[in-house]
Amino acid sequence: MNMPSTTDRPTPVRALGLLSGGLDSTLAARLLMDQGIEVECVNFHTGFCIQSHTGAMRNPKPGAPPPRHDALHAAGNLGIRLHLVDIAEDYVRIVTDPKHGYGKNLNPCLDCKIFMVQKAFEMMQTMGFHFLFTGEVLGQRPMSQRRDTFPVIDRESGAGGWLLRPLTALRMPLTEPEKRGWVDRDRLMGFSGRNRKPQMALAAQMGIQDYPSPAGGCCFLTDENYARKLRDLWEYRGSRAYAMEDILLLKAGRHLRPAPHFKLVIGRDESENHFLSGFVEGRALVRARDLPGPVTLVEGTPSADDLVLACRLAARFGKGRELSEVAMVVDSGGGRKETHLVVPMPTHEIQEEWYV
Amino acid sequence: MSVSEDSGFDPPTPACVVDARRLLCPMPIIKVDAAIRNLEPDQVVEVRATDPGLEHDLPAWCRVNGHRFLGVRRAGREVVGWVARGE
Ligand code: SF4
Repeated sequence: MNMPSTTDRPTPVRALGLLSGGLDSTLAARLLMDQGIEVECVNFHTGFCIQSHTGAMRNPKPGAPPPRHDALHAAGNLGIRLHLVDIAEDYVRIVTDPKHGYGKNLNPCLDCKIFMVQKAFEMMQTMGFHFLFTGEVLGQRPMSQRRDTFPVIDRESGAGGWLLRPLTALRMPLTEPEKRGWVDRDRLMGFSGRNRKPQMALAAQMGIQDYPSPAGGCCFLTDENYARKLRDLWEYRGSRAYAMEDILLLKAGRHLRPAPHFKLVIGRDESENHFLSGFVEGRALVRARDLPGPVTLVEGTPSADDLVLACRLAARFGKGRELSEVAMVVDSGGGRKETHLVVPMPTHEIQEEWYV
Repeated sequence: MSVSEDSGFDPPTPACVVDARRLLCPMPIIKVDAAIRNLEPDQVVEVRATDPGLEHDLPAWCRVNGHRFLGVRRAGREVVGWVARGE
């Protein structure tokens, strides 16, 4: 390991932080910057990040702020460099087989944290940073931010004493940068628990006003509806593997599974319809020929009869739902298109258990 | 600078074009980042995306990473942006 070998203070001391763009990681960065430490941050893309994706797929709500990437904007406000790193491919094994298990839904928070810290630690060494930091606060999150899990993160990531948590440092053992006098421990914090008032007070004191609400959550894996759809995908595929497309599609549309071997994804507005239209490859796309209505993707191995059922269901969600017959076009890709005249499925025929 | 389709904005000639359509934020930016690493300073990357977040994220990314944001333009449901590599 290529660690600084002396206790001499390097000039400048350079720290690499994990920046989500939320208040905690922003404050952690500022606490160090205010000590004259040169800070850069990294933000990992797992494929499950919640921020702005819904905004990117759905019609914007009137008055809603434009979609934006929180970490980028936080870095802009802090005036620091941000490395955006795509770890989605390696992250698959964290989601499908987490050593430490899942939280309330399919969130493998502890494995996720270990993995991210490990990746950041590699970057720290190759990019010449002197230590790592996160915005974690003891007791703030039930799975990964606990007194007994912090040492697990430190140990299993390999980052050991090189990971500093500036917001909660006074409640933690000394880290290397503190021992070496690179960081003034007296200017760090001892926050703990779920109460966010101390962070908000510190933000006000530092003049930080523009930060996202903490209610947003880190990722879709903590979302009950999303987790149910991902479990459904795994169950009916008979495998936990997933591709980027799969996890993107789970974020859009209504999902209905009329039979184990096929599923429908039905767009809920024009933006979602447009989004879904891009995923026709390997799927069938159903749309009313002459009427406004949703784009419906059919995934799996539907038979000809199943596709007719898909047309009837899709027709139910379109403008022609009250008509006696609607012309639906099934586009199976590669120029193969068929038109079916179908009776829109009456509501009572749609089984409750089809909704994923 | 954000410009509409008919504003008369004259897009620069790009040294490379990144197709980031159907990718969600921040993947378009990550692709631009990978592309710009292969360019010389002042050479231009053009990025085409369907995620409207690009309009705000591209200038923010340029600011934090020292590249020159040249503009974005809406083209129907797509957003096209241009960035010149910094030093
Ligand atoms: S909520 Fe998601 S991104 Fe955040 S630690 Fe848990 S698994 Fe990782």
